[in-house]
Amino acid sequence: MSLLSPATRATLLKDIRLEWRSKDALNSMLFFSLLVVVIFSFSFNPTAEESRVIAPGLIWVAFLFSTVVALNQTWARELRNQALDAYRVSPASPNSLFLAKVLGNLLFVGVLEAVMAPLFVVFYNLRSVGSLWQLLLVAVLGTYALVINGTFFAALSLRTRMREIMLPVILFPISIPAIQSMVEATRVIVTGEGTSRFPIVLLLTYDVVFTTASVALFGLILNAE
Amino acid sequence: MKRAFLILAAVTALLLIYATYQALVVAPTERTMGDVQRIFYYHVPSAWTAGCLFFVNLVASVIYLIRRSSWSDALAASAAEVGVIFCTIVLITGPLWARPVWGIWWTWDMRLTSTLVLWLIYVSYLLLRRFSDSAQTPVLAAVLAIFGALDVPLVYFSIWFFRTQHPQPVMGNGGSLDPRMLHVFLLNLGVFTLFGALLCWARFHIETVRRQLDETRALEALLDDGRTGSSPARSTR
Repeated sequence: MSLLSPATRATLLKDIRLEWRSKDALNSMLFFSLLVVVIFSFSFNPTAEESRVIAPGLIWVAFLFSTVVALNQTWARELRNQALDAYRVSPASPNSLFLAKVLGNLLFVGVLEAVMAPLFVVFYNLRSVGSLWQLLLVAVLGTYALVINGTFFAALSLRTRMREIMLPVILFPISIPAIQSMVEATRVIVTGEGTSRFPIVLLLTYDVVFTTASVALFGLILNAE
Repeated sequence: MKRAFLILAAVTALLLIYATYQALVVAPTERTMGDVQRIFYYHVPSAWTAGCLFFVNLVASVIYLIRRSSWSDALAASAAEVGVIFCTIVLITGPLWARPVWGIWWTWDMRLTSTLVLWLIYVSYLLLRRFSDSAQTPVLAAVLAIFGALDVPLVYFSIWFFRTQHPQPVMGNGGSLDPRMLHVFLLNLGVFTLFGALLCWARFHIETVRRQLDETRALEALLDDGRTGSSPARSTR
């Protein structure tokens, strides 16, 4: 925690505290994710062997939709009472605010994944061939890829009409390489076929490229009225 | 400026007629695919033109972020729109060609998927422009254009690794193109690029005039201050 600047720490703790008290985003995300899993179960009725192949895709789609729910409310809260304007005129660097939001979203989506993953295992009778550590690595890199771009685009779409739908509209196309990589990596690890090295390297590259771009351009976005 | 545009338009129209005639009538019929192959003369040049226009959009976006000049934003918007049109043409002519030749309308291979993703990224860019209400829309759109451009190589890599099924291009790989076909193809390539540039220019002009009109109206409304009928600063343009 001491690595973070005071502004980042304060914002992050504020978000965690607010979320802990109301549990708005967590509850809606969890329930939405569960609904998605159930609907998928009605739509696809896989055998045990098939489920190992398609479950990674289903899991990540469910997480993707739930992440969008979390992202949508990231900045909306700051619009009330002109809190965002206060950030803009404060001496803190814009990136400290951005980092706080990214870490907060990572935390919330991480909690979601930790709760939903066992449910997926139960519903689809999943057994992974590969190790849990590999899955954890893919989960971290993949979630980060969604959250970094998602937090940035949530700020981009803040002052648009139809804000809630604009975020997925601009996020999904750009996330396609990341989604493909994380699904492929998960599938490889779970079924044990093929190598997961390339997808993981691609995910890592994606994370690095878009972290750089977000950090470089966030100041512009924050100050855009 | 207007005369130059009209001359260019006339030249482009004539060249298009010539190129179409060459493609549909003069070029020799392909041995295995037959006349369907002639779509190639529109499909590939459209893809090339779309790519050029998206590159123009990227450059104009970067220029806008550095210099905040209105013309670069107008150019970025125009290039993206016309680029999406050409990309749509690619995505429509592709399946039209694929169905008789491969027996399938669509496949999730390297080229088709990456073209589709490119189309998706730029349509989302256009939607952001349309739905964004703020005065800083150009900044937001320029940033999205940069993100989209950064994404394109990653898209290519990811799809290249995961799916490769598209037949090798006619021009590369030793599979040589009949020189008469090559000539017609290059002609269409050049003419389509010219056509794309012309459309982009027209759109850019419309965009510039529209902005001037909006500014003039805003200024008039500002200066009118209740005086009925007349307003002091009426621009004659």
